[in-house]
Amino acid sequence: MILLDIRNLTLEIESNGVLVKALDKVSLSICEKEIRALVGESGSGKSLIVLAISGALPPQWIITADRLTWRGQNLLKMNTSERQKIMRRDIAVIFQDPKAALDPSVKLGEQFRESIPDEFINVRWWWQRRSEKNQIALAQLTRVGIKDVKKCLNSYVHELPDDVCQKFMIAMALVSQPTLLIADDPTRGMETSTKRQILSLCKSLNHNSDLSILFVSHDLLAISSIAHAITVLYSGQTVEDGPLESVRRKPFHPYSKALMDSAPSFRPELHPKSPLTALKGTIPTLQHLPIGCRLGPRCPRAQKACVNTPVPRTIHKRQYRCHFPLHIEAEENTVDNNEGENL
Amino acid sequence: MSLLSIRNLYYDNAPAWYTLNKKDIFYLGPVNFDVHEGETFSIIGSNNSGKSLLGKLITGAVPKSAGEVLINGEPLDNTNRANSVRMVFSHSSQSLNPGISVGRMLEEPLLLNTTLSPSERFDKIRDTLRLVGLMPDHYYFYKHMLSDGQQQRVALARALILDPKVVVADEPFAALDPSVRSQTVNLLLKLQAELGLAFIFISHNLGIVRHISDRTIVMHNGEVVENSPTQTLFADPQHEASKHLIHAHFAMLKV
Repeated sequence: MILLDIRNLTLEIESNGVLVKALDKVSLSICEKEIRALVGESGSGKSLIVLAISGALPPQWIITADRLTWRGQNLLKMNTSERQKIMRRDIAVIFQDPKAALDPSVKLGEQFRESIPDEFINVRWWWQRRSEKNQIALAQLTRVGIKDVKKCLNSYVHELPDDVCQKFMIAMALVSQPTLLIADDPTRGMETSTKRQILSLCKSLNHNSDLSILFVSHDLLAISSIAHAITVLYSGQTVEDGPLESVRRKPFHPYSKALMDSAPSFRPELHPKSPLTALKGTIPTLQHLPIGCRLGPRCPRAQKACVNTPVPRTIHKRQYRCHFPLHIEAEENTVDNNEGENL
Repeated sequence: MSLLSIRNLYYDNAPAWYTLNKKDIFYLGPVNFDVHEGETFSIIGSNNSGKSLLGKLITGAVPKSAGEVLINGEPLDNTNRANSVRMVFSHSSQSLNPGISVGRMLEEPLLLNTTLSPSERFDKIRDTLRLVGLMPDHYYFYKHMLSDGQQQRVALARALILDPKVVVADEPFAALDPSVRSQTVNLLLKLQAELGLAFIFISHNLGIVRHISDRTIVMHNGEVVENSPTQTLFADPQHEASKHLIHAHFAMLKV
Protein backbone atom coordinates (compact mmCIF):
# COMPACT_ATOMS: atom_id res chain seq x y z
CA MET A 1 0.00 0.00 0.00
CA ILE A 2 1.26 3.46 -0.85
CA LEU A 3 1.72 5.63 2.21
CA LEU A 4 2.80 8.92 0.80
CA ASP A 5 2.04 9.77 -2.79
CA ILE A 6 3.34 12.92 -4.41
CA ARG A 7 2.64 13.63 -8.04
CA ASN A 8 3.70 16.69 -10.02
CA LEU A 9 4.48 18.79 -7.00
CA THR A 10 5.38 22.29 -8.10
CA LEU A 11 6.61 24.96 -5.77
CA GLU A 12 6.81 28.53 -6.95
CA ILE A 13 8.67 31.28 -5.18
CA GLU A 14 8.27 34.91 -6.09
CA SER A 15 11.54 36.71 -6.55
CA ASN A 16 11.68 40.28 -7.90
CA GLY A 17 8.16 40.00 -9.27
CA VAL A 18 8.90 36.81 -11.22
CA LEU A 19 7.65 33.38 -10.19
CA VAL A 20 10.52 30.91 -10.04
CA LYS A 21 9.79 27.21 -10.05
CA ALA A 22 11.97 25.88 -7.24
CA LEU A 23 10.39 22.46 -7.66
CA ASP A 24 9.13 21.50 -11.09
CA LYS A 25 6.72 18.55 -11.28
CA VAL A 26 8.37 16.33 -8.71
CA SER A 27 6.86 12.89 -8.29
CA LEU A 28 7.63 10.57 -5.43
CA SER A 29 5.84 7.76 -3.67
CA ILE A 30 6.68 5.74 -0.62
CA CYS A 31 5.16 2.32 -0.06
CA GLU A 32 4.77 0.58 3.25
CA LYS A 33 7.98 -0.91 4.66
CA GLU A 34 10.05 0.77 1.99
CA ILE A 35 13.25 2.74 2.39
CA ARG A 36 13.40 5.32 -0.34
CA ALA A 37 16.42 7.47 -0.91
CA LEU A 38 16.09 10.99 -2.24
CA VAL A 39 19.39 12.05 -3.75
CA GLY A 40 20.47 15.38 -5.11
CA GLU A 41 23.00 18.11 -4.67
CA SER A 42 22.46 21.01 -2.35
CA GLY A 43 20.14 23.48 -3.99
CA SER A 44 18.31 20.73 -5.84
CA GLY A 45 15.28 21.09 -3.61
CA LYS A 46 15.57 17.99 -1.43
CA SER A 47 14.91 19.90 1.73
CA LEU A 48 12.06 21.82 0.08
CA ILE A 49 10.28 18.53 -0.55
CA VAL A 50 10.74 17.60 3.10
CA LEU A 51 9.33 20.96 4.15
CA ALA A 52 6.45 20.67 1.70
CA ILE A 53 5.49 17.28 3.15
CA SER A 54 5.73 18.48 6.71
CA GLY A 55 3.84 21.69 5.92
CA ALA A 56 6.57 23.95 7.21
CA LEU A 57 6.87 26.17 4.15
CA PRO A 58 6.23 29.89 4.39
CA PRO A 59 2.61 30.64 3.40
CA GLN A 60 3.52 33.01 0.56
CA TRP A 61 5.16 30.21 -1.43
CA ILE A 62 2.76 28.65 -3.89
CA ILE A 63 2.42 24.87 -3.75
CA THR A 64 0.46 23.09 -6.43
CA ALA A 65 0.28 19.35 -6.84
CA ASP A 66 -1.84 16.82 -8.66
CA ARG A 67 -1.57 14.66 -5.61
CA LEU A 68 -0.04 15.09 -2.20
CA THR A 69 -1.70 12.42 -0.14
CA TRP A 70 -1.05 10.52 3.04
CA ARG A 71 -2.87 7.16 3.03
CA GLY A 72 -5.32 8.62 0.54
CA GLN A 73 -6.05 11.81 2.50
CA ASN A 74 -5.17 15.00 0.72
CA LEU A 75 -2.59 16.86 2.77
CA LEU A 76 -3.02 20.12 0.90
CA LYS A 77 -6.75 20.39 1.63
CA MET A 78 -6.42 19.61 5.31
CA ASN A 79 -6.76 22.18 8.03
CA THR A 80 -3.90 22.79 10.39
CA SER A 81 -5.04 20.67 13.30
CA GLU A 82 -5.71 17.58 11.19
CA ARG A 83 -2.35 17.96 9.58
CA GLN A 84 -0.61 18.43 12.90
CA LYS A 85 -2.21 15.23 14.12
CA ILE A 86 -0.69 13.29 11.24
CA MET A 87 2.66 15.00 11.66
CA ARG A 88 2.67 14.23 15.36
CA ARG A 89 1.85 10.56 15.22
CA ASP A 90 2.45 9.15 11.76
CA ILE A 91 5.23 11.13 10.17
CA ALA A 92 8.40 12.03 12.02
CA VAL A 93 10.93 14.41 10.56
CA ILE A 94 14.62 14.74 11.32
CA PHE A 95 15.64 18.17 10.10
CA GLN A 96 18.88 18.94 8.39
CA ASP A 97 20.91 20.82 10.93
CA PRO A 98 20.20 19.38 14.38
CA LYS A 99 21.88 22.21 16.23
CA ALA A 100 19.70 24.76 14.49
CA ALA A 101 16.53 22.68 14.75
CA LEU A 102 16.71 22.11 18.51
CA ASP A 103 15.78 24.82 20.97
CA PRO A 104 18.99 26.43 22.26
CA SER A 105 17.45 27.81 25.45
CA VAL A 106 15.89 24.64 26.87
CA LYS A 107 17.69 21.59 28.20
CA LEU A 108 17.52 18.56 25.94
CA GLY A 109 15.73 16.49 28.59
CA GLU A 110 12.86 18.99 28.69
CA GLN A 111 12.61 18.96 24.89
CA PHE A 112 12.53 15.21 24.83
CA ARG A 113 9.82 14.93 27.48
CA GLU A 114 7.72 17.34 25.50
CA SER A 115 7.94 15.23 22.36
CA ILE A 116 6.56 12.07 24.03
CA PRO A 117 2.88 11.62 23.12
CA ASP A 118 0.50 11.51 26.09
CA GLU A 119 -0.90 8.10 25.13
CA PHE A 120 2.44 6.50 25.97
CA ILE A 121 2.30 7.42 29.61
CA ASN A 122 -0.11 5.30 31.53
CA VAL A 123 0.63 5.98 35.15
CA ARG A 124 -1.93 6.50 37.82
CA TRP A 125 -0.85 9.74 39.44
CA TRP A 126 0.42 12.96 37.95
CA TRP A 127 3.62 12.98 40.02
CA GLN A 128 4.68 9.73 38.44
CA ARG A 129 4.52 11.17 34.96
CA ARG A 130 7.91 12.85 35.00
CA SER A 131 9.84 9.77 36.04
CA GLU A 132 7.92 7.69 33.52
CA LYS A 133 8.89 10.14 30.78
CA ASN A 134 12.49 10.03 31.91
CA GLN A 135 12.39 6.25 31.69
CA ILE A 136 11.21 6.45 28.09
CA ALA A 137 13.86 9.04 27.25
CA LEU A 138 16.56 6.89 28.78
CA ALA A 139 15.49 3.83 26.83
CA GLN A 140 15.22 5.70 23.52
CA LEU A 141 18.55 7.47 23.82
CA THR A 142 20.36 4.28 24.71
CA ARG A 143 18.80 2.67 21.70
CA VAL A 144 20.29 5.17 19.26
CA GLY A 145 23.69 4.72 20.85
CA ILE A 146 24.26 7.77 23.01
CA LYS A 147 26.78 6.82 25.66
CA ASP A 148 26.32 9.28 28.50
CA VAL A 149 22.54 9.61 28.50
CA LYS A 150 22.16 11.42 31.84
CA LYS A 151 24.65 14.07 30.81
CA CYS A 152 22.98 14.46 27.43
CA LEU A 153 19.56 15.06 28.97
CA ASN A 154 21.04 17.62 31.32
CA SER A 155 22.82 19.69 28.67
CA TYR A 156 21.95 22.47 26.31
CA VAL A 157 22.45 22.08 22.58
CA HIS A 158 25.67 24.07 22.41
CA GLU A 159 27.35 21.81 24.96
CA LEU A 160 27.19 18.69 22.85
CA PRO A 161 29.05 17.63 19.72
CA ASP A 162 27.22 17.49 16.40
CA ASP A 163 26.87 13.75 16.14
CA VAL A 164 25.31 13.42 19.60
CA CYS A 165 22.76 16.11 18.68
CA GLN A 166 22.03 14.24 15.49
CA LYS A 167 21.43 11.02 17.39
CA PHE A 168 19.27 12.90 19.86
CA MET A 169 17.16 14.22 16.98
CA ILE A 170 16.73 10.69 15.68
CA ALA A 171 15.70 9.42 19.12
CA MET A 172 13.22 12.26 19.47
CA ALA A 173 11.71 11.51 16.07
CA LEU A 174 11.36 7.81 16.85
CA VAL A 175 9.71 8.18 20.24
CA SER A 176 6.21 8.61 18.82
CA GLN A 177 6.63 5.31 16.91
CA PRO A 178 5.89 6.82 13.50
CA THR A 179 4.94 4.95 10.34
CA LEU A 180 7.13 7.12 8.16
CA LEU A 181 10.42 8.65 9.10
CA ILE A 182 11.71 11.49 6.96
CA ALA A 183 15.41 11.84 7.59
CA ASP A 184 17.02 14.90 6.05
CA ASP A 185 20.73 14.22 5.82
CA PRO A 186 20.91 12.20 9.06
CA THR A 187 24.49 11.04 8.62
CA ARG A 188 26.13 14.30 7.73
CA GLY A 189 29.47 14.91 9.37
CA MET A 190 29.52 11.57 11.11
CA GLU A 191 32.49 9.28 11.15
CA THR A 192 32.18 5.95 9.43
CA SER A 193 31.51 3.78 12.46
CA THR A 194 28.83 6.08 13.92
CA LYS A 195 27.25 6.34 10.51
CA ARG A 196 27.07 2.62 10.29
CA GLN A 197 25.48 2.42 13.71
CA ILE A 198 22.73 4.86 12.66
CA LEU A 199 22.19 3.07 9.39
CA SER A 200 21.87 -0.32 11.03
CA LEU A 201 19.40 1.19 13.50
CA CYS A 202 17.31 2.45 10.58
CA LYS A 203 17.56 -0.90 8.90
CA SER A 204 16.48 -2.85 11.96
CA LEU A 205 13.58 -0.48 12.59
CA ASN A 206 12.50 -0.96 9.02
CA HIS A 207 12.79 -4.71 9.38
CA ASN A 208 11.27 -5.21 12.82
CA SER A 209 8.73 -2.47 13.25
CA ASP A 210 7.82 -1.85 9.60
CA LEU A 211 9.01 1.72 9.57
CA SER A 212 9.12 3.35 6.15
CA ILE A 213 11.94 5.80 5.65
CA LEU A 214 12.48 8.64 3.24
CA PHE A 215 16.23 9.01 3.38
CA VAL A 216 17.33 12.36 2.05
CA SER A 217 21.06 12.59 1.53
CA HIS A 218 23.86 12.89 -0.93
CA ASP A 219 25.99 10.27 0.72
CA LEU A 220 25.77 7.52 -1.86
CA LEU A 221 27.62 5.01 0.24
CA ALA A 222 25.10 5.28 3.06
CA ILE A 223 22.22 5.13 0.62
CA SER A 224 23.47 2.08 -1.17
CA SER A 225 23.69 0.17 2.08
CA ILE A 226 20.11 0.73 3.20
CA ALA A 227 17.76 1.97 0.52
CA HIS A 228 15.45 -0.15 -1.63
CA ALA A 229 14.49 2.52 -4.11
CA ILE A 230 16.04 5.77 -5.17
CA THR A 231 14.79 9.07 -6.56
CA VAL A 232 17.37 11.33 -8.13
CA LEU A 233 16.65 15.02 -8.11
CA TYR A 234 18.43 17.69 -10.10
CA SER A 235 17.71 21.37 -9.69
CA GLY A 236 14.09 20.83 -8.71
CA GLN A 237 13.27 18.17 -11.29
CA THR A 238 13.12 14.44 -10.71
CA VAL A 239 15.45 12.95 -13.26
CA GLU A 240 15.25 9.29 -12.40
CA ASP A 241 13.31 7.01 -10.14
CA GLY A 242 13.52 3.27 -9.60
CA PRO A 243 14.86 0.32 -7.61
CA LEU A 244 18.29 1.14 -6.24
CA GLU A 245 20.16 -1.82 -7.59
CA SER A 246 19.13 -1.36 -11.19
CA VAL A 247 19.64 2.41 -11.10
CA ARG A 248 23.11 1.84 -9.74
CA ARG A 249 23.98 -0.76 -12.36
CA LYS A 250 22.49 1.00 -15.36
CA PRO A 251 21.59 4.61 -14.83
CA PHE A 252 19.43 5.96 -17.68
CA HIS A 253 19.92 9.63 -17.03
CA PRO A 254 23.36 11.22 -17.58
CA TYR A 255 23.08 12.97 -14.25
CA SER A 256 22.48 9.75 -12.31
CA LYS A 257 25.50 8.31 -14.04
CA ALA A 258 27.63 11.28 -13.03
CA LEU A 259 26.38 10.91 -9.48
CA MET A 260 27.20 7.20 -9.31
CA ASP A 261 30.62 7.82 -10.84
CA SER A 262 31.46 10.46 -8.27
CA ALA A 263 31.89 7.90 -5.49
CA PRO A 264 35.22 6.16 -6.01
CA SER A 265 34.19 3.46 -3.53
CA PHE A 266 31.79 2.02 -6.09
CA ARG A 267 34.54 1.57 -8.60
CA PRO A 268 37.21 -0.71 -7.18
CA GLU A 269 38.65 -1.17 -10.68
CA LEU A 270 39.55 2.52 -10.78
CA HIS A 271 43.29 3.08 -10.59
CA PRO A 272 44.31 5.08 -7.51
CA LYS A 273 45.00 8.74 -8.26
CA SER A 274 43.37 8.60 -11.65
CA PRO A 275 41.03 11.51 -12.35
CA LEU A 276 37.36 11.01 -11.56
CA THR A 277 34.71 11.71 -14.13
CA ALA A 278 32.90 14.91 -13.29
CA LEU A 279 30.33 17.11 -14.95
CA LYS A 280 31.51 20.59 -15.76
CA GLY A 281 30.14 23.59 -13.94
CA THR A 282 27.85 23.72 -10.94
CA ILE A 283 24.18 23.46 -10.21
CA PRO A 284 22.35 26.55 -11.53
CA THR A 285 21.01 29.09 -9.06
CA LEU A 286 17.28 29.75 -8.83
CA GLN A 287 17.63 33.07 -10.63
CA HIS A 288 19.33 31.52 -13.63
CA LEU A 289 17.49 28.29 -14.32
CA PRO A 290 17.92 27.01 -17.87
CA ILE A 291 14.76 26.26 -19.84
CA GLY A 292 13.84 22.71 -20.74
CA CYS A 293 15.92 20.00 -19.16
CA ARG A 294 17.78 21.77 -16.41
CA LEU A 295 20.86 19.59 -16.79
CA GLY A 296 21.15 20.80 -20.40
CA PRO A 297 24.11 23.21 -20.19
CA ARG A 298 26.20 20.70 -18.25
CA CYS A 299 25.12 17.52 -19.98
CA PRO A 300 27.65 15.74 -22.20
CA ARG A 301 24.85 14.24 -24.32
CA ALA A 302 22.78 17.40 -24.75
CA GLN A 303 21.30 18.09 -28.17
CA LYS A 304 18.87 20.53 -29.66
CA ALA A 305 15.79 18.73 -28.34
CA CYS A 306 16.90 19.33 -24.76
CA VAL A 307 15.44 22.86 -24.69
CA ASN A 308 12.03 21.18 -24.31
CA THR A 309 11.28 19.73 -20.91
CA PRO A 310 11.39 15.93 -21.26
CA VAL A 311 8.24 14.06 -20.25
CA PRO A 312 8.56 11.22 -17.75
CA ARG A 313 8.81 7.79 -19.37
CA THR A 314 8.47 4.47 -17.64
CA ILE A 315 10.33 1.25 -18.37
CA HIS A 316 10.34 -1.77 -16.07
CA LYS A 317 9.26 0.03 -12.88
CA ARG A 318 11.74 2.77 -13.59
CA GLN A 319 10.91 6.29 -14.52
CA TYR A 320 13.26 8.76 -16.15
CA ARG A 321 13.11 12.14 -17.80
CA CYS A 322 15.61 12.44 -20.60
CA HIS A 323 15.49 12.77 -24.36
CA PHE A 324 18.66 10.79 -24.90
CA PRO A 325 18.98 8.24 -22.10
CA LEU A 326 21.92 5.93 -21.63
CA HIS A 327 21.67 2.14 -21.79
CA ILE A 328 18.45 2.17 -23.82
CA GLU A 329 18.18 1.29 -27.48
CA ALA A 330 16.71 3.89 -29.78
CA GLU A 331 13.57 1.84 -30.60
CA GLU A 332 12.66 1.31 -26.99
CA ASN A 333 13.15 4.96 -26.53
CA THR A 334 10.11 5.88 -28.57
CA VAL A 335 7.76 3.83 -26.40
CA ASP A 336 6.64 6.33 -23.88
CA ASN A 337 4.17 5.58 -21.25
CA ASN A 338 3.66 9.00 -19.81
CA GLU A 339 1.44 8.00 -17.00
CA GLY A 340 2.09 11.24 -15.21
CA GLU A 341 0.35 13.31 -17.85
CA ASN A 342 -2.82 11.22 -17.96
CA LEU A 343 -3.53 11.18 -14.28
CA MET B 1 65.54 12.80 2.17
CA SER B 2 62.01 13.56 3.12
CA LEU B 3 60.31 16.88 2.61
CA LEU B 4 58.50 17.13 5.90
CA SER B 5 59.37 15.06 8.92
CA ILE B 6 57.62 15.00 12.24
CA ARG B 7 59.75 13.82 15.15
CA ASN B 8 58.26 12.96 18.55
CA LEU B 9 55.57 15.58 18.34
CA TYR B 10 53.66 15.98 21.59
CA TYR B 11 50.77 18.13 22.63
CA ASP B 12 48.70 18.49 25.75
CA ASN B 13 46.38 21.17 26.97
CA ALA B 14 47.21 20.70 30.64
CA PRO B 15 46.13 23.83 32.51
CA ALA B 16 48.36 25.71 34.90
CA TRP B 17 48.99 24.16 38.36
CA TYR B 18 46.57 26.47 40.15
CA THR B 19 43.55 25.43 38.05
CA LEU B 20 41.02 23.41 40.02
CA ASN B 21 39.14 21.59 37.29
CA LYS B 22 41.64 19.30 35.61
CA LYS B 23 39.33 16.79 34.02
CA ASP B 24 39.55 17.31 30.28
CA ILE B 25 43.21 17.09 29.43
CA PHE B 26 43.88 15.92 25.90
CA TYR B 27 47.19 14.28 25.14
CA LEU B 28 48.49 13.86 21.64
CA GLY B 29 51.59 12.02 20.69
CA PRO B 30 54.15 10.79 20.11
CA VAL B 31 53.76 11.40 16.40
CA ASN B 32 56.48 10.42 13.94
CA PHE B 33 56.14 10.39 10.20
CA ASP B 34 57.77 11.54 6.98
CA VAL B 35 56.14 13.08 3.94
CA HIS B 36 57.95 13.01 0.62
CA GLU B 37 57.65 15.35 -2.30
CA GLY B 38 54.61 14.74 -4.47
CA GLU B 39 53.13 12.38 -1.95
CA THR B 40 49.61 12.45 -0.60
CA PHE B 41 49.37 11.61 3.04
CA SER B 42 46.06 10.99 4.76
CA ILE B 43 45.08 11.09 8.39
CA ILE B 44 41.98 9.15 9.34
CA GLY B 45 40.43 8.32 12.67
CA SER B 46 37.27 8.57 14.71
CA ASN B 47 35.92 11.82 16.16
CA ASN B 48 37.98 13.32 18.99
CA SER B 49 41.03 11.36 17.95
CA GLY B 50 43.07 14.50 17.38
CA LYS B 51 43.18 14.49 13.58
CA SER B 52 42.45 18.17 13.08
CA LEU B 53 44.66 19.05 16.02
CA LEU B 54 47.56 17.24 14.40
CA GLY B 55 46.99 19.24 11.22
CA LYS B 56 47.00 22.47 13.17
CA LEU B 57 50.16 21.45 15.04
CA ILE B 58 51.96 20.81 11.77
CA THR B 59 51.02 24.19 10.35
CA GLY B 60 51.70 25.92 13.64
CA ALA B 61 48.15 27.16 14.15
CA VAL B 62 48.34 25.54 17.60
CA PRO B 63 51.68 25.66 19.46
CA LYS B 64 53.19 22.25 20.08
CA SER B 65 54.32 21.11 23.54
CA ALA B 66 57.39 19.17 22.50
CA GLY B 67 59.01 17.61 19.46
CA GLU B 68 60.12 18.85 16.10
CA VAL B 69 58.61 19.58 12.72
CA LEU B 70 61.37 19.59 10.11
CA ILE B 71 61.06 20.87 6.57
CA ASN B 72 63.93 19.77 4.32
CA GLY B 73 65.87 18.99 7.48
CA GLU B 74 65.44 22.44 8.98
CA PRO B 75 63.10 23.16 11.88
CA LEU B 76 59.92 24.93 10.92
CA ASP B 77 59.59 28.31 12.63
CA ASN B 78 58.06 31.67 12.02
CA THR B 79 60.61 32.66 9.40
CA ASN B 80 59.98 29.83 6.95
CA ARG B 81 56.58 28.50 7.94
CA ALA B 82 54.37 30.56 5.66
CA ASN B 83 56.40 29.73 2.56
CA SER B 84 56.52 26.01 3.11
CA VAL B 85 53.42 24.71 4.90
CA ARG B 86 49.95 26.13 4.29
CA MET B 87 46.57 25.02 5.47
CA VAL B 88 43.10 24.73 3.96
CA PHE B 89 40.77 24.85 6.94
CA SER B 90 37.74 22.66 7.45
CA HIS B 91 34.56 24.51 6.45
CA SER B 92 36.57 26.44 3.87
CA SER B 93 33.63 28.68 3.09
CA GLN B 94 33.45 29.87 6.68
CA SER B 95 37.16 30.58 6.80
CA LEU B 96 36.86 33.24 4.07
CA ASN B 97 36.32 36.82 5.12
CA PRO B 98 32.91 38.00 3.87
CA GLY B 99 33.88 41.67 4.11
CA ILE B 100 36.75 41.83 1.63
CA SER B 101 37.05 40.82 -1.99
CA VAL B 102 38.81 37.67 -3.12
CA GLY B 103 41.72 39.71 -4.46
CA ARG B 104 42.38 41.40 -1.15
CA MET B 105 42.01 38.13 0.66
CA LEU B 106 44.72 36.64 -1.52
CA GLU B 107 46.88 39.76 -1.36
CA GLU B 108 47.20 39.66 2.40
CA PRO B 109 49.62 36.70 2.62
CA LEU B 110 51.72 38.29 -0.13
CA LEU B 111 51.87 41.61 1.72
CA LEU B 112 52.94 39.92 4.94
CA ASN B 113 55.42 37.44 3.55
CA THR B 114 56.92 38.79 0.35
CA THR B 115 58.50 41.96 -0.99
CA LEU B 116 56.64 42.00 -4.30
CA SER B 117 55.55 45.30 -5.80
CA PRO B 118 51.80 45.98 -6.18
CA SER B 119 51.75 45.08 -9.89
CA GLU B 120 53.68 41.88 -9.27
CA ARG B 121 51.24 40.97 -6.53
CA PHE B 122 48.34 41.57 -8.89
CA ASP B 123 49.89 39.30 -11.51
CA LYS B 124 50.64 36.64 -8.95
CA ILE B 125 47.04 36.64 -7.74
CA ARG B 126 45.70 36.38 -11.27
CA ASP B 127 48.03 33.48 -12.01
CA THR B 128 47.00 31.67 -8.86
CA LEU B 129 43.31 32.18 -9.61
CA ARG B 130 43.86 30.67 -13.03
CA LEU B 131 45.78 27.80 -11.52
CA VAL B 132 42.85 26.70 -9.36
CA GLY B 133 40.42 27.03 -12.25
CA LEU B 134 38.88 30.40 -11.51
CA MET B 135 38.84 33.43 -13.77
CA PRO B 136 41.04 36.51 -13.27
CA ASP B 137 37.81 38.49 -12.91
CA HIS B 138 37.11 36.69 -9.67
CA TYR B 139 39.66 39.08 -8.18
CA TYR B 140 36.84 41.55 -7.61
CA PHE B 141 34.28 39.07 -6.30
CA TYR B 142 33.11 38.76 -2.74
CA LYS B 143 32.49 35.52 -0.92
CA HIS B 144 28.72 35.57 -1.24
CA MET B 145 28.95 35.82 -5.03
CA LEU B 146 30.69 32.47 -5.33
CA SER B 147 29.25 28.95 -5.22
CA ASP B 148 30.47 26.31 -2.75
CA GLY B 149 32.91 24.81 -5.20
CA GLN B 150 34.33 28.20 -6.11
CA GLN B 151 34.73 29.14 -2.45
CA GLN B 152 36.66 25.91 -1.98
CA ARG B 153 38.89 26.94 -4.86
CA VAL B 154 39.50 30.36 -3.33
CA ALA B 155 40.50 28.69 -0.06
CA LEU B 156 42.88 26.51 -2.03
CA ALA B 157 44.24 29.51 -3.92
CA ARG B 158 44.94 31.23 -0.61
CA ALA B 159 46.94 28.20 0.47
CA LEU B 160 48.85 28.00 -2.82
CA ILE B 161 49.66 31.67 -3.33
CA LEU B 162 52.95 31.54 -1.43
CA ASP B 163 54.14 28.50 -3.40
CA PRO B 164 54.23 26.14 -0.43
CA LYS B 165 55.72 22.68 -0.55
CA VAL B 166 53.16 21.07 1.74
CA VAL B 167 49.44 21.78 1.90
CA VAL B 168 47.48 20.54 4.90
CA ALA B 169 43.80 20.18 4.04
CA ASP B 170 41.33 19.56 6.84
CA GLU B 171 38.14 17.95 5.50
CA PRO B 172 38.35 19.73 2.14
CA PHE B 173 35.50 17.72 0.62
CA ALA B 174 33.07 17.47 3.51
CA ALA B 175 30.78 20.32 2.53
CA LEU B 176 30.85 19.67 -1.21
CA ASP B 177 28.29 17.98 -3.41
CA PRO B 178 29.24 14.84 -5.30
CA SER B 179 29.86 16.36 -8.72
CA VAL B 180 31.71 19.40 -7.35
CA ARG B 181 33.68 17.05 -5.13
CA SER B 182 34.91 15.08 -8.12
CA GLN B 183 35.97 18.34 -9.74
CA THR B 184 37.95 19.33 -6.64
CA VAL B 185 39.59 15.91 -6.40
CA ASN B 186 40.63 16.20 -10.03
CA LEU B 187 41.95 19.71 -9.44
CA LEU B 188 44.06 18.56 -6.49
CA LEU B 189 45.45 15.62 -8.44
CA LYS B 190 46.30 17.92 -11.34
CA LEU B 191 48.02 20.47 -9.09
CA GLN B 192 50.00 17.74 -7.43
CA ALA B 193 51.21 16.44 -10.77
CA GLU B 194 52.11 19.94 -11.99
CA LEU B 195 53.66 21.47 -8.91
CA GLY B 196 54.96 18.42 -7.06
CA LEU B 197 53.03 19.39 -3.93
CA ALA B 198 52.78 17.17 -0.92
CA PHE B 199 49.27 17.01 0.52
CA ILE B 200 48.25 16.06 4.00
CA PHE B 201 44.55 15.19 4.05
CA ILE B 202 42.42 14.89 7.10
CA SER B 203 39.22 13.18 6.16
CA HIS B 204 36.26 11.05 7.14
CA ASN B 205 35.53 9.95 3.63
CA LEU B 206 37.44 6.70 3.35
CA GLY B 207 36.43 6.16 -0.26
CA ILE B 208 38.25 9.31 -1.34
CA VAL B 209 41.17 8.69 1.01
CA ARG B 210 41.64 5.34 -0.60
CA HIS B 211 41.50 6.84 -4.04
CA ILE B 212 43.92 9.74 -3.67
CA SER B 213 46.43 8.96 -0.96
CA ASP B 214 49.73 7.12 -1.01
CA ARG B 215 50.17 6.65 2.72
CA THR B 216 47.63 6.74 5.50
CA ILE B 217 47.95 7.02 9.24
CA VAL B 218 45.21 6.06 11.66
CA MET B 219 44.76 8.08 14.83
CA HIS B 220 43.05 6.85 17.95
CA ASN B 221 42.76 8.82 21.19
CA GLY B 222 45.61 11.12 20.24
CA GLU B 223 48.00 8.38 19.22
CA VAL B 224 49.11 7.21 15.83
CA VAL B 225 48.22 3.56 15.86
CA GLU B 226 49.00 2.63 12.31
CA ASN B 227 51.12 4.05 9.53
CA SER B 228 51.24 2.15 6.27
CA PRO B 229 50.74 2.49 2.52
CA THR B 230 47.06 3.09 1.77
CA GLN B 231 46.47 -0.05 -0.26
CA THR B 232 48.08 -2.21 2.42
CA LEU B 233 46.08 -0.54 5.15
CA PHE B 234 42.78 -1.05 3.35
CA ALA B 235 43.61 -4.64 2.49
CA ASP B 236 44.90 -5.66 5.89
CA PRO B 237 44.39 -3.27 8.81
CA GLN B 238 46.40 -4.26 11.88
CA HIS B 239 45.21 -2.23 14.86
CA GLU B 240 41.74 -2.56 16.41
CA ALA B 241 40.83 1.06 15.69
CA SER B 242 41.77 0.86 12.03
CA LYS B 243 39.98 -2.46 11.66
CA HIS B 244 36.90 -0.87 13.14
CA LEU B 245 36.93 2.04 10.69
CA ILE B 246 37.78 0.10 7.59
CA HIS B 247 35.40 -2.76 8.23
CA ALA B 248 32.63 -0.26 8.82
CA HIS B 249 33.46 1.31 5.47
CA PHE B 250 33.39 -1.97 3.60
CA ALA B 251 30.28 -3.14 5.39
CA MET B 252 28.43 -0.14 3.99
CA LEU B 253 29.71 -0.90 0.54
CA LYS B 254 28.20 -4.37 0.51
CA VAL B 255 24.53 -4.22 -0.22
